[in-house]
Amino acid sequence: MNRLKKYFKNKVNTDTLNVYFTAGFPEINQTTEIIKALDVAGADIIELGIPFSDPLADGPTIQKSSETAIENGMTIEKLFEQLVNIRDETQIPIVLMGYLNPVIQYGVERFIKDAAKVGVDGFIFPDLPLIEFKHEWEDLLKKEDLSFSFLVTPETEASRIVELDKNSSGFLYAVASSSTTGSSKTSVVEEKTKNYLNKLKELNLDNPILAGFGIKDKKMYRMINSLCDGAIIGSAFITHIKKNGAASSSIQQFISSIKE
Amino acid sequence: MSNYKVDENGYYGKFGGAYIPEMLHPHIEELKNNFRHIIAEEEFQTEFSSLLKDYVGRPTPLYYASRMSELYQTNIYFKREDLNHTGAHKVNNTIGQILLAKRLGKTRIIAETGAGQHGVATATVCALMGLECIVYMGAKDVERQAPNVNRMKMLGAKVEAVHSGSKTLKDATNEAIRDWINNPDTYYLIGSVVGPHPYPEMVALFQSVISDEIKWQLKEKTGSEFPDAVIACVGGGSNAAGAFYHFTNHPNTRLIAVEAAGEGVNTGKSAATTALGSIGILHGSKSLMMQTVDGQIVEPHSISAGLDYPGIGPFHAHLYDTKRGEFYSATDEEAVKSAYELTKLEGIIPALETAHATAILKKLKFKKEENVVINLSGRGDKDLATYISYINE
Repeated sequence: MNRLKKYFKNKVNTDTLNVYFTAGFPEINQTTEIIKALDVAGADIIELGIPFSDPLADGPTIQKSSETAIENGMTIEKLFEQLVNIRDETQIPIVLMGYLNPVIQYGVERFIKDAAKVGVDGFIFPDLPLIEFKHEWEDLLKKEDLSFSFLVTPETEASRIVELDKNSSGFLYAVASSSTTGSSKTSVVEEKTKNYLNKLKELNLDNPILAGFGIKDKKMYRMINSLCDGAIIGSAFITHIKKNGAASSSIQQFISSIKE
Repeated sequence: MSNYKVDENGYYGKFGGAYIPEMLHPHIEELKNNFRHIIAEEEFQTEFSSLLKDYVGRPTPLYYASRMSELYQTNIYFKREDLNHTGAHKVNNTIGQILLAKRLGKTRIIAETGAGQHGVATATVCALMGLECIVYMGAKDVERQAPNVNRMKMLGAKVEAVHSGSKTLKDATNEAIRDWINNPDTYYLIGSVVGPHPYPEMVALFQSVISDEIKWQLKEKTGSEFPDAVIACVGGGSNAAGAFYHFTNHPNTRLIAVEAAGEGVNTGKSAATTALGSIGILHGSKSLMMQTVDGQIVEPHSISAGLDYPGIGPFHAHLYDTKRGEFYSATDEEAVKSAYELTKLEGIIPALETAHATAILKKLKFKKEENVVINLSGRGDKDLATYISYINE
C-alpha cells in the first residue's frame, strides 16, 4: 500500500492539509528542503508541481512560479534526481501534479517507473483524458502501486463523478469552484460550494475527497474540512514563500496560520 | 485511401482529441453534442449562406494572375479571400460560430488573436449580432498590429493585452481558455483549426467554403474542378484547411502548406513547426509542436503575427504524417520580397501571412500546363508599416 492510501486508511477524525508547491520555485535546489519543512510543520500531503510553459488550469500565481521554475532549470529528470533520497528523510505522501506534455516527452512508462523508484505515491494530470488514462496509464500505475486523482467540478454530472471516482485512487480532487487555481470565486459564504461538497458526500464515493482551488486561509480551510476529507492549498502558499522565503521558519509560520 | 476526416473520438490519425482540464469538460460536451445537428439545420444553413453572400461578399473571385503566371511559367490562380469583408478568410469561421453561439444561447463571446484578423472578424460578427466581445491578444502583437487593435475597439470589442510567456498568439490562446474556465456561460470563438475536439473539425467545416468555391470556379475556367496544386500558408492552419478540404481525397491535387521559417529554420528564430517540432499537447489537442526535449513549448518567431504559433492543427499534422500534404517554409525576407513582387505584378498587396504562400513559387517548379491555386488568405493593409520598415532597413 502506498503512503497516500495508508494515510487515509489510518486517518481518524482529523483535518487534512495538502500543500502544493512548484518544484524549482523559488530556487532550483529547495525542493527537498521545502518538502521536509512542510512535513515537520504539519502538512499531511505534498502536491509537487512539475512546471509547464502553458499551464491552462492555473491562475497567475502558479503560472509565474512555473515560469520561474523553468528559468531555474527544473525538468522531470532534475526533479527525480533531487528526490532520489527523499524517503530516507520523510514518509509524507507525495503526489506529482502537472500537465501531460512534459511527461509525453519523458515517456509515460519511464515516468511512472522512475516516479515509483524515488518514492512518489500518486499523480494529478488535469489534462489527461479518461480514455487515454485507461489505455496507457491504468495498468502501469497498478503495477507500481501508484495512485491517480481525477478532478471533478461543481458542473460535473453525477454519473461522470462516479466514473471518475472509480478510476481514481488515493483521493478524488474536488475543484471547489469553476475556475483556474488561486481564484477568488471559492468563498466561505458561497452556498454553491457547500451544496456541491454535500452532493459529493451523498454520492458515497470510493475515495476520500480533497477540495482545492481558491482556499487561502484558516477560515476556508476549516469550512472545507467540515464538508469533505481535506483541503488543498497552492497559490496561497506560493504567494507566502515568494514574499517570506522558503526557510523552515517561514513555512512553519504559514502552516500554523492555517492549522492552529 | 487514407481517411482525412476526424474520427468519433476527435482524432485525425494519431492527432487531435480533447486534452482538457475537467473544468472545460461540460463546455466541450455541449459543443460536441450540439454543433453537428445545429449546423445541419436548414435554417442555420440558409442564414449562414445568406450572410456569407450579402455581408461577407462571397463567393470571392478565383482570379487568373496572368503576369505572375508568365513569370513562373505556369497557370496561377488566386483565391481572393483578401476581398472578404474584414480583409481575410477568418470571417467565414466567425460567421459560422456566432450563429452557433446564438443558438446555444450565449451572450458573451471571447476570442484569441495573433495578427488581429480573427479578432477583427470576431468583433465584427459580435457587433452584427449585438453580443459582448472580449479579444485576447499577446502584448507583442498589440504593438505590431496597431491598426487591427483600433478596428476591434471601434467595433466595440474589449482588447485584453496578454503579458505572459512569449506575449503572442500562444499565450493569448492560453488566456482565452482560462477565461472560458472561469466563465462557463461564455462562448469561446476559436480562430484556427486548433484546440480540443470538436474545434478543429468545426473551424475546418466553416472554412471549407473556400475549396467548395474553388472547385466550381476552376471548372468554369478550365473544365476541371481539380487543380494540380493548392498552396496555402499555415500558422494554426485555418485558411489551408479550408483551401485543402474538398481536395484531400483527390490524390492528384498536391496540397502544399507553407510555414513561417522566420529568420531561417535553423536560426532559433523560426515558426516552422513540421521542420522543428515533435508530437505533443498544447491548447487541448495532440499535434506537432515546437518544444524543448523537456516538453516546454518553445517561443516561435515570425515577422507575421498570424503565423507566429508553435504548433499546427491536428488535421495538418495528419496530412504531414501521412505525407498527403507537402510542407515547406519561407523566411521573413522571402515573404516580404514576394509581397513586393505580387504587388508590383498584380496590384495586390497581400497580408504578410499570405506572402509566405506566394514566396514558395521561387522554390517549386510547376509545369507550364499545370493549374496552381494559391489561397490569398488576407490583404496587407494591416502590414504596411512592417513592409515599409523592412525594406528601408
